[in-house]
Amino acid sequence: MAEADAVFLDGLTKRYGERTVVQAVSLGLAAGERLALLGHNGAGKTTMMKMMLGLVRPDGGRVRVLGRDPAEAAADVRRSVGFLPESVTFYEAMTGWETLRFYARLKRRPAEECRALLARVGLAEAAARRVGTYSKGMRQRLGLAQALLGAPRLLLLDEPTTGLDPELRQSVYAIIAELKAQGTAVLLSSHLLTELEERTDRIAIMNRGRLVGLGTLGALREQAGLPVRFRLKVVNGNATAVADRLGSLVLERVPGELGVACPPRDKMDVLRAIAGLGALVEDVEVVPPSLDDVYASFTGRPLSEEATA
Amino acid sequence: MSTVLVIAGKEIRDGLRNRWVLATTLLMAALALGLAFLGTAPTGSNVAASRLAVTVVSLASLTIFLVPLIALLLSFDALVGEVERGTMLLLLAYPVARWEIVAGKFLGHAALVAIATTVGYGVAAAAVAYTTPGTGAEDWKAMGALIVSSVLLGAVFLSIGYLLSSLVRERATAAGLAIGVWLVFVLLYDLGLLGYLAATEGKGLSEAAFGWLLLLNPADAFRLFNLTGVEEVRQFSGMAGVSRQASVSPAALMGALLAWILVPLVLTQLIFHRRQL
Repeated sequence: MAEADAVFLDGLTKRYGERTVVQAVSLGLAAGERLALLGHNGAGKTTMMKMMLGLVRPDGGRVRVLGRDPAEAAADVRRSVGFLPESVTFYEAMTGWETLRFYARLKRRPAEECRALLARVGLAEAAARRVGTYSKGMRQRLGLAQALLGAPRLLLLDEPTTGLDPELRQSVYAIIAELKAQGTAVLLSSHLLTELEERTDRIAIMNRGRLVGLGTLGALREQAGLPVRFRLKVVNGNATAVADRLGSLVLERVPGELGVACPPRDKMDVLRAIAGLGALVEDVEVVPPSLDDVYASFTGRPLSEEATA
Repeated sequence: MSTVLVIAGKEIRDGLRNRWVLATTLLMAALALGLAFLGTAPTGSNVAASRLAVTVVSLASLTIFLVPLIALLLSFDALVGEVERGTMLLLLAYPVARWEIVAGKFLGHAALVAIATTVGYGVAAAAVAYTTPGTGAEDWKAMGALIVSSVLLGAVFLSIGYLLSSLVRERATAAGLAIGVWLVFVLLYDLGLLGYLAATEGKGLSEAAFGWLLLLNPADAFRLFNLTGVEEVRQFSGMAGVSRQASVSPAALMGALLAWILVPLVLTQLIFHRRQL
């Protein structure tokens, strides 16, 4: 973590009146890295992005974006940063093309770039239509196109895939992967956990303004120390025999199946023990703790209920 | 500077596209033509003033009611509306300074007011000049001064509208305040002044104080400028006496209008600059 990184936060704090929305957050984001900010609504994700853009002044700590203070060098910083706000809105009366041209002019980018970007997000054919007639997915894609103007060195994406169908989500992550390859740092916030697995390098878990967990998914799993679960399919009538052999590890019993759990470090031992049972066990399934479980263990509450709300 | 022009250009295109300019121009032209050909009928043909000079007097009154309203309608929404709809957040994430947004919107909206006023009144003036021979250079000068000062008056209320727009958190509040501002400056201020003068039998105010009070209301400054600035108009409007009493020069009146543009605009920038989104 160095000040010259794409993003460098040191003890960042923001208060709105009595409420502390971001509390002493320190983290760094290097070029070409993808970091997911995970948290409930109101966990402070959007406020952190606004501070990185110089739109909101921190009450404590330091922000450096591409090595600069966004409050002092706002124009320079924003020229090299792409931002997609949560549920982005545009001027309804303008067409997709006019919208992108307008933003391109503000960033001093040529018209050809707009054409290429519209094609890249699959809006080339809808470019002449008014944004007011666009679907949610099309707006989101136009939002992504404007964020990509000027080949930014840092992308801030606030809930980029909310409201998109699975196919569009895939294409958003495909674009993010391409950008990573070009060395762009990507900071994205989400409360959709399952889609983040495998698609981000590191995950930062926010809870009520605090950074409660930071690392790769694997490291976070380890840190959480959540049990690994096994589901055993047992040949009829052998359940009791199997349960006796595995002893206290057994968590639950249903006809024909046994649920077994153990700490992550004992996983191989337990697997060997199960293998040693021979023909008593018909099938075994290993279930690592999901990102949902990891999140819940860091924040003390599950995320999924809100994600579906 | 070019960022200001990009934003101004967008506002102008918006105004042309949603037919705001068309509607306003037609409204102004229709009312101006109506006043020019119907409103001057009672003066008969034995009045010394030319038809165009008479038209200038009627149009000045029309401007005072219509132009501030038009300007406020354009501007009350300019900042708070974008904040409320969410487009401001994205705009501010671009390399755009906040003063460039205020200046760009002001330039664009002022251009829209200028187009509507110049075309609307220009059509009426041309029609009057065409149908009544004997329209002199002096009349055209008065007409030109009317159009320029009408645009300035529009700019004043644009500026006030932005100030309202920067102060409030909701569009509806800004709209309510805009109506209040219009009522105060266009109707209530003069009524109050008149009432006070009537109650004190004209002795409650010195001439100098009266002049200053007129400068404090941009609508009055505009009225005085147009009704006393040109000799021919002055005679017809019956303001010959007032202008001497009020002892305010046309330059001072223009200065008052410019100050009414600049001060709210600067305040808007100061408030908007501090605002966190």
